[in-house]
Amino acid sequence: MNPPAKFLPNGDTVMVVEFGEEIDLDISRRVTALYAGVNALELAGITDLVPTFRSLAIHYDPEIVSFAGLENTLAKILPDLPIDDFTGRDWSIPACYDLDLSPDLEAVAEACSLSIEEVIQRHSSDTYHVYMVGFLPGYPYLGDLTAEIALPRKATPNLRIPARSIAIAERMTAVYPIECPGGWHVIGRTPVRLFDETASPPALLAQGDRVRFTPISRREYDCLAEKDAGANHVLPHGKSAT
Amino acid sequence: MIPILRVHKPGLHTTVQDLGRYGLQSMGVPVSGALDTTALRIANHLVGNEPTIAALEVLGAGPVLEVTTESVRIAVAGGKALIELLSPYRRQLPTFESFCLHRGDVFCIGPVTDMAMTYLSVEGGFDLPPAMGSLSTYTRGGFGGFNGRQLESDDELSLVLSAAPVRDELRFVERRLPGDLPIRIIPGPQDDFFTPESLHTLVSCDYTVSSAVDRMGMRLKGPQLEHARGFNITSDGTAPGSIQVPGDGLPIVLLADRQTTGGYPKIGCVISADLPTVARLRPGNTIRFALATLEQAAEARRERESWFARFRSHIKRSTLSGIIDPITLHTQNLVSGVVGPDDATELGK
Repeated sequence: MNPPAKFLPNGDTVMVVEFGEEIDLDISRRVTALYAGVNALELAGITDLVPTFRSLAIHYDPEIVSFAGLENTLAKILPDLPIDDFTGRDWSIPACYDLDLSPDLEAVAEACSLSIEEVIQRHSSDTYHVYMVGFLPGYPYLGDLTAEIALPRKATPNLRIPARSIAIAERMTAVYPIECPGGWHVIGRTPVRLFDETASPPALLAQGDRVRFTPISRREYDCLAEKDAGANHVLPHGKSAT
Repeated sequence: MIPILRVHKPGLHTTVQDLGRYGLQSMGVPVSGALDTTALRIANHLVGNEPTIAALEVLGAGPVLEVTTESVRIAVAGGKALIELLSPYRRQLPTFESFCLHRGDVFCIGPVTDMAMTYLSVEGGFDLPPAMGSLSTYTRGGFGGFNGRQLESDDELSLVLSAAPVRDELRFVERRLPGDLPIRIIPGPQDDFFTPESLHTLVSCDYTVSSAVDRMGMRLKGPQLEHARGFNITSDGTAPGSIQVPGDGLPIVLLADRQTTGGYPKIGCVISADLPTVARLRPGNTIRFALATLEQAAEARRERESWFARFRSHIKRSTLSGIIDPITLHTQNLVSGVVGPDDATELGK
């Protein structure tokens, strides 16, 4: 039996519906179910919905809908929401683990007592769930990373992580969509753009999608990066889409 | 010819901002938009714009701009700043009041002296391509506004209108924005991550705005808040005005460019009506907080709306006998010289 959802105010324009405090697939499923449920209701006064690891942040206009009114509506739909498996898309994201593009790969291997090849193999053999997209435009939190290469975040963040860097920390992996400071360990880079403000939708990945990293050579990387290629979008039954 | 405001000098941090970009936070896209939505609304009202029209947000020292179109109607509202016509002759220009400038006029907005920012609205707005539905600039992501960045010298800002429609100028006599301390906050959603004394400390002690302020957030100095359950949480959504507390125990108020999600516990959140007041504060200013309920937050929004109703009724119209004669004369000359009755409809486009 799941604990009941908590309705928490985050100021007077955001309601947080919280299902737990952990990173957990069951919690993620409940967040996804409510996200879909609220979207389907098309309630007046909702300005934005932000699904996260463990909660749904509902941004609202308090002059149109009240916290109490919203809580009432959600409490009614919550018990009957279908908690399905994720219906997101499957992605194969090319990943280049060339040492020139992977400043932390050797250190990660050493810290985990693995060879570089083994780190690459561990990182690229699992299918990851997109728990949420946040922090930066198009930044996906992917899990769960195998415990074999799970490391805490760096004590001192790097000031400049290049765009499209693939990084790991704890049981998560992610891709930096834009250049920014960050405390994760950079172990590769993808030629794929994860965020394009002129595209619709602008973010490549969405919460609920599944992602695999496909190792590519430096040569393939350079070729794809030059073409500014999109990800190879793989349909759930395995057929490639255009 | 395309109507343009040409940037001679960009100022410290001048960006195009409207009321923000909504609906894409699930993709990690911050809302952005004006830090002081109240001042933006006033500036827009004075030039006859809808509140949603984008304006220039001037942080610190302002830009030097040249009008390279027939005429443009402008209003500046927000913090105190000297606005000056530099060419063809030097003349002080008014704030909280609309006026028209003409081709070849060069003007500047001096340093904002009492607040963090001020806003410059032009009638009709800027003719820029929206990014994801908004003209707000998000410099970290490099999108929105003018090429996704703050203004630089020699930028040319296209305008929607090539000439200012002929009509009365509007003046807000009080020249004062609403908003006072204390800043009201609603506890949560992670107030239980702190010792019970911490919330009391936050609302009973003075804090000072540190020099670490940008459009993303405002770091405060003052008594440390004590975490009871560590300072890392599983990331959840942030709100405008969220007060997050990292490991050093010092609060950070999240502002317009805030990240959509965050991994520090949030002890409380500034109510929406008081957020512009927070954003106006400058490094060294004192900030005090007080607890509020959702009901009080709703009442504060009603008060803000009634302030706007009073504001609208306090607007003075001036035809051609405004408070600053040289400006009026300047305006009058060009209005009568350039705009004939036959041109009026053309100009209204």
